[in-house]
Amino acid sequence: MLPDTTIAFTGLGVIAPTGSSLEEHWASVLKGRSGIGPITRFDPTPYPVRLAGQVTDPAVAEAVPGRLVPQTDWWTHMALVAAQEAVRDAEVDPAALPEYEMAVVTASSSGGTEFGQREIERLWRDGPDHVGAYQSIAWFYAATTGQLSIRYGMRGPCAVLAGEQAGGLDALGHARRLARADCRLVVTGGTDASLSPYGLVAQLPTGLLSTVDDPDRAYLPFDVNASGYLPGEGGAVLIAEELGAARARGRADGYGVLLGYAAGFDPPPGSTRPPALERVLGEALRDAGLGPSEVDVVFADAMGVPGPDLAEARAISAVFGPRGVPVTAPKTLTGRLYGGGAALDAVTALLALRDGVVPHTVGPERLAPGCDIDLVVDRPRELPLRHAVVLARGYGGFTSAVVLGRAAPTS
Amino acid sequence: MTEFVLQDLKRLLKSCAGVDEAVDLDGPVADTSFGDLGYDSLALFELLGRVRREYGVDLPDDALTETSTPKVAVDVIGGRIARSGG
Repeated sequence: MLPDTTIAFTGLGVIAPTGSSLEEHWASVLKGRSGIGPITRFDPTPYPVRLAGQVTDPAVAEAVPGRLVPQTDWWTHMALVAAQEAVRDAEVDPAALPEYEMAVVTASSSGGTEFGQREIERLWRDGPDHVGAYQSIAWFYAATTGQLSIRYGMRGPCAVLAGEQAGGLDALGHARRLARADCRLVVTGGTDASLSPYGLVAQLPTGLLSTVDDPDRAYLPFDVNASGYLPGEGGAVLIAEELGAARARGRADGYGVLLGYAAGFDPPPGSTRPPALERVLGEALRDAGLGPSEVDVVFADAMGVPGPDLAEARAISAVFGPRGVPVTAPKTLTGRLYGGGAALDAVTALLALRDGVVPHTVGPERLAPGCDIDLVVDRPRELPLRHAVVLARGYGGFTSAVVLGRAAPTS
Repeated sequence: MTEFVLQDLKRLLKSCAGVDEAVDLDGPVADTSFGDLGYDSLALFELLGRVRREYGVDLPDDALTETSTPKVAVDVIGGRIARSGG
């Protein structure tokens, strides 16, 4: 039996279409300010999907450490800048802590697709001599974790979790595992950036992306007009500290604590077994030691695809009762950020707990038949919040849930 | 014939491996080791790849190490270009 270790989130950093800092993102979410627009990173004209949530703030690129600009992909650039904010926010000096008691665990779904595409183009056009040496370390999933580990001198058991769009929650769960194994501080979360022609084309075969050309109507989870989701880039980085270590530093419980985590995988297509979500949600609540009535808000996965939307609404209703808990999906403002999406949702949930306000979901107007949930729309809803659930699903069946608390239980 | 001077080396390093924020590559760095300038073995491997593509000369992968300095690199690369009749 593992010791019952809790982790507190003491520092947060965000790079997202909604803003290139924690507070800019939060202000956008509360105002319902969308980061969705026509793709400008390349000419999207020949592709069926032409809208996305992009990070266009030039300050992000300028903040990337100079030596790492040509050595890493844009997805790693964003993580480096988000980590900088998170470390500063946590007021922690990693150089002053034992290097083997700190680790990095990020989620990544795409790896360095833009970097990889550039090098493949050189290989194809100019030959093998023209492929840069950094291709060997820039493209692969662990690149962001590795660069953060080097940058902050964190030599504990580092990892990357490739759980498609659920990976951001798995990273938080793994951070808690590491805290139980005597890591006092874990840099976690994730980013993704798949907005190159190669990256976009790789996503198209799922058939889950929306081809609607109106930025306000393309990604409408739980709505009668749900037509798929839009891709986005960015994510969030969280500093997770073992609760005792955080309190010893005078950081109390930080922005909040991880009370429960569970993950599962859907049965294969055609199976008569139900999807994993309801079971995973129940497991996460059991892990947190909470009953459904103690959960004040659910940050939904909100895929924007009719079948999965209905399945999620039914899972939420089965656990909390029909319209039994406020549900929200601020991700309509960013598109789905793959490895970064669930990490950003967790950060948004921690800010909701901090400020006692459930941000609203922008876009959906009329719930699809059977989606019997209390979706928060039109404006944020102020509520005393103790506990938040974040749900995430990834293509192929990845399913994860976390339960976050404003503070650790006092018992 | 083609010359290869410190400015050429700095230009290649900047574009292929970037510059550490703690380092002023335009300062007096000729005798500082690549390791101290923030360039690892992969950066030097990439540098030699760029020399091959731009100047058409081959150098062994271990021609430069992290203990080499920009001055040594200019001598090694410049010498190789001179021998090739560049």
